[in-house]
Amino acid sequence: MPCGLFFETYQKDESIFPTLWLRVWMIALGIGLLVFPFVAQPISDWMGMNTLNMVNLIFIYIVGAHGLNLLTGYTGQISLGHGAFMGVGAYTAGILANMGWPFWLALPMAGFMSAAVGMIFGIPSLRLRGLYLAIATLAAQFILDYAMRNWSSLTGGSSGLLVPSASIGDFTFDSDFKFYFLALAIAILATLYLKNITRTRTGRAFVAVRDRYLSAEVIGVNLFKYRIMSFGISSFMVGISGGLWAYYITIISDEHFTMWLSVQYLAMIIVGGLGSVLGSIYGVVFMVALPELLRLPAEALTNVYPDIFVIFSSLREMVFGVIVIIFLIFEPDGLAARWHTVRAYWKLWPFSY
Amino acid sequence: MQDFLQLIVTGLVIGSVYALVAMGFALIYKSTSIINFAQGEFVLVGGYICWWLYTMLGIPIVWSFMLTMVIAVAMGVVLERLVLRPMIGEPIISVIMITIALATVLKSLVTILWGTQIKVFTPAIFSQKAIHMGPILISEVYLWTFGFAFLFLGVFAAFFKFTRVGISMRAVANDQQVAQSMGISVKKVFAISWSIGALVSAVGGLLVGNINGINITLSDFGLKVFPAVILGGLDSIGGAIIGGLTIGILENIMGSYLDVYLGGGVKEIAPFIVLIIILMVKPYGLFGIKEIERV
Repeated sequence: MPCGLFFETYQKDESIFPTLWLRVWMIALGIGLLVFPFVAQPISDWMGMNTLNMVNLIFIYIVGAHGLNLLTGYTGQISLGHGAFMGVGAYTAGILANMGWPFWLALPMAGFMSAAVGMIFGIPSLRLRGLYLAIATLAAQFILDYAMRNWSSLTGGSSGLLVPSASIGDFTFDSDFKFYFLALAIAILATLYLKNITRTRTGRAFVAVRDRYLSAEVIGVNLFKYRIMSFGISSFMVGISGGLWAYYITIISDEHFTMWLSVQYLAMIIVGGLGSVLGSIYGVVFMVALPELLRLPAEALTNVYPDIFVIFSSLREMVFGVIVIIFLIFEPDGLAARWHTVRAYWKLWPFSY
Repeated sequence: MQDFLQLIVTGLVIGSVYALVAMGFALIYKSTSIINFAQGEFVLVGGYICWWLYTMLGIPIVWSFMLTMVIAVAMGVVLERLVLRPMIGEPIISVIMITIALATVLKSLVTILWGTQIKVFTPAIFSQKAIHMGPILISEVYLWTFGFAFLFLGVFAAFFKFTRVGISMRAVANDQQVAQSMGISVKKVFAISWSIGALVSAVGGLLVGNINGINITLSDFGLKVFPAVILGGLDSIGGAIIGGLTIGILENIMGSYLDVYLGGGVKEIAPFIVLIIILMVKPYGLFGIKEIERV
C-alpha cells in the first residue's frame, strides 16, 4: 500500500480531481447542491433565516471573489476598486435590461464593460506596483463611486435603478428558488474557469509575474500584456457578479458599491486563502454567513440589552475587522491552508512519516 | 478675484490639517514601510476623545488637550505592538489589509461608544468671530487651527532635524540593518513612529473638530492624505507637508468652480482625480526617491 500520493503517469498527475475519493466527494457535493433548494425551506425555518437567499448571494460573490483572487492572489496586483467594478457591471446589466436587451446578452455585456473599465484603471499597473497600485485603484473606487451617484440621468442616482428579473425565453428567474440554479451554474462555470486557467500558459505567466516579475520578463513574459489581461479577466468576472446581483436584487443603488464592498472582497480572499480556488469559496461562505450567524446571538441578547440592534451594524463591522486581523496575524494563508494542514495530518494518521 | 483669494485661504487652513495628518502618515511609512489606512481613524479617535474629555467630563481645555495627546501616544504604541509588529516582513497585501481592518475596528468602536450624531465642543474653545484681513473674511477659529497646525509641524520638523531620537529615526528610515548595528533599537523607533503618527493625527482631529464639529466623516481625512503624500512623494516628510497644503487648496478651488458642471460633491473626489494624474505622470511625486531596480 502506498504511503502517500504517487502518480505514475503524467495524465494522472495533471487531472483536476486526482484521487478516487476526491471524485466521490465532488459527486456528493454536486448532488447535495442540486438537492439543497428542495429542502431549503425546512432548513430556513429551523435556522430562522432565509438560507436560499444567503446561498444565492454566496454564489454571486463567489464569481466576484474568484475574479479578485485571480488578480490579487495569482497575479499579485492589489485592487481596492473591485467594489466599484462590480457596480459598473451591475449598472451595465441594469441599464441594458431596461433598454430591452435579453438577459443572456446583457450579462456578458456587463462583464465586458467592467473589463474595459478595469483595464483602463489597470494601465498604471505597468509602472506602479504594490502600494502605489493599491492607491491608484483606491482612487478609481472613489471616482467610479462618484460617477454612479451623480450621473443620475444614466444610473438613477440615489433613488436607484429598477431592473426586471432575469429571463431566458419564456422562463423567468423571479424567485429565490429559480434563481438558485442560474447562480449555481454561473458559479460552477467561474470556478472551473479559474481552476483551469491556472493550469495553462497564461495562468503560469500570471504566477510568474506575481512571484518575480523581473525574472518573468527576462524569460519572455510580457509584463504589460499579462498585467492588463489579469485586470481584464478579473474585472470581467466581478462585472458578471455585479450583473447577476442586479438581476437578483432587481434594484440597484450606489450605496452598495462603496469602498466597503471592495474591502469585503479583499477580506473574503484573504480569509479564504490568496491564490487558491477553494480559498475564495471558503472565504465567501465565511464572510456572507458570518453576519447572518451573528444576528442569532444578537437576537438572544435583546432581552438583556434592548439597544443591541442600534449598534448591531457597528458591532458587525467590528467583528469583521477583528476577524481579518486575527487571520492575518495567525493564519495569513487563510482557511484553505488550514484545511490543507488538517487534511494532511489525518491522511496518513497515525504513521505520517 | 476676492472669492479666489478667500478659497485659497480657507483651503490653506484645511490643507494645514491635511499636512499634519500627512506628516504622520509619511513618518510611519518612512520608518516602518507600512502604509497606514487607519490614519483617518486616528484623526477620528483624537477628535472624539478630546470632545469627550472637554464637553462631557468638563476638564479644562489645556488638560483635555494634553490628555488627548497622551492617549493618542499610548494608542499608537499599543497598536504597533499588538497588531503591526507581527506584520513585519509580510507581503504588502497583508499589511494594507491589516490597517484597513484596524480602521474598521476603530471606526465601529467610536460609533458604538459615541453614536453617529455631530458633536460640538461646548463651550466653544475658539470664537467663530470673523476677522477682516484685507479683502478676505476669515473666522478666528480658522486662524487658530492654522497656527496650531503649523506649530506642530514646526516642532516635529525640528525634532527630526536636531534631536537624538529624530536622528535615529532618520537612520532607521535610511537603512534598518545599518541602524541596528549602530546600536539603534529599531523596535523602539517603530513604536515612536506610530505614536507620533497617532499624536499628530489626533491633534488634527481636535483642530478640525473645533471648526465643524465632530462626526464619523472625520475619518475621511485619512483618505485625503493619499493624494497629499503621493503628490509630495511617499517617503518625504517635507513633501507630505507641501502636498497637504496643495491638496487643501486644490480641492477647495476645484470644488467651487466645477460643482456647477458636474452636479455637486466635486470637492470629495477632486483630490483623487489629481492623484490619478500624478500617478500617471510622476509616480514618485515631487520629492520622493525613485526606486531603481536592477536584475
